[in-house]
Amino acid sequence: MSGHIATKRLYVSVWIALMCLTVATAAVSRIELGHFNIVLALLIATCKASLVALFFMGVKYISNKMTIVVIVAGLFWLGILLSLSMTDYLTRPWT
Amino acid sequence: MSDSTIAVDTHESDLQHHFANLEQQQEASVMGMWVFLITEIMFFGGMFAGYMIYRHLHYQGFVQGSLHMDFWWGTINTVVLLCSSLTMAMAVRAAQTSQRKAIVVFLLVTILFGLAFLGIKVIEYHSHWVEHQFPGHDFHLLDEKGQPSPYTSEAEVFFSFYWAMTGFHALHMVIGVGLVSWIAFLAWRGRYDAHYFTPVENVGLYWHFVDLVWIYLYPLLYLISNKHLSG
Repeated sequence: MSGHIATKRLYVSVWIALMCLTVATAAVSRIELGHFNIVLALLIATCKASLVALFFMGVKYISNKMTIVVIVAGLFWLGILLSLSMTDYLTRPWT
Repeated sequence: MSDSTIAVDTHESDLQHHFANLEQQQEASVMGMWVFLITEIMFFGGMFAGYMIYRHLHYQGFVQGSLHMDFWWGTINTVVLLCSSLTMAMAVRAAQTSQRKAIVVFLLVTILFGLAFLGIKVIEYHSHWVEHQFPGHDFHLLDEKGQPSPYTSEAEVFFSFYWAMTGFHALHMVIGVGLVSWIAFLAWRGRYDAHYFTPVENVGLYWHFVDLVWIYLYPLLYLISNKHLSG
């Protein structure tokens, strides 16, 4: 990241996008969509998180590949934690 | 930076002897910060996994509990945190471009946003506390008619997650405000410029991470649809 300096315009654009997504997620939560309420809420949250990580945290500009390995490994492990927990609880009614 | 010559610039002291040069030192340091943040993801991840399982098992309790969240305070706090992330990113940028005064100003604004977030959280915690929405023998949950809700014990589970997750998040915010204050002081002393600003960058990463956690807490705690009520 040290080698790359993002423009102020980029940071402000990212912030505006984050504001818009916050309004979107708040507005969408007031509409009845059944199961899609949570799907949409998590989708928007993930978009916001990606914007923060890629630009504010500079993940997009990381040149050290080892750092990328660390991040991907962490997210992969989190995925295992969440998905394998749910494969248990979601399939219990099948017995 | 050549290995054979002894650098005589004033920043020589920034380079620790086990690194070849400042770039390598900075890369190693940032990678170390990410390793720490991954442990933080695991820490909060456990609570998110627990939240997911109990929400699945006691959905009505979570809907009922979420009704007692203050939508507007939650939304305002989300905006406050996102603004603080912008000012934090700008502070790192100011360091990268050696604008020493701007580093301090952006860090101070970030601190103010952080304190505003914590202040709002205190208001919310206080109102939950006086309404007996803290898990334990004194826990109460009233429905729309002011009667004890049949989902009281399930909503208590929701509030356990609410207090634990936002509580640990708030603790991270307090630590974050402390860290930003510390680097703001050093920046004010002129410690950081384009040549050396690793602490600013790493504290920035920590700050953004805490923001990331809130980005998920906000919809999961505050935005469960009130249309999903039953009974």
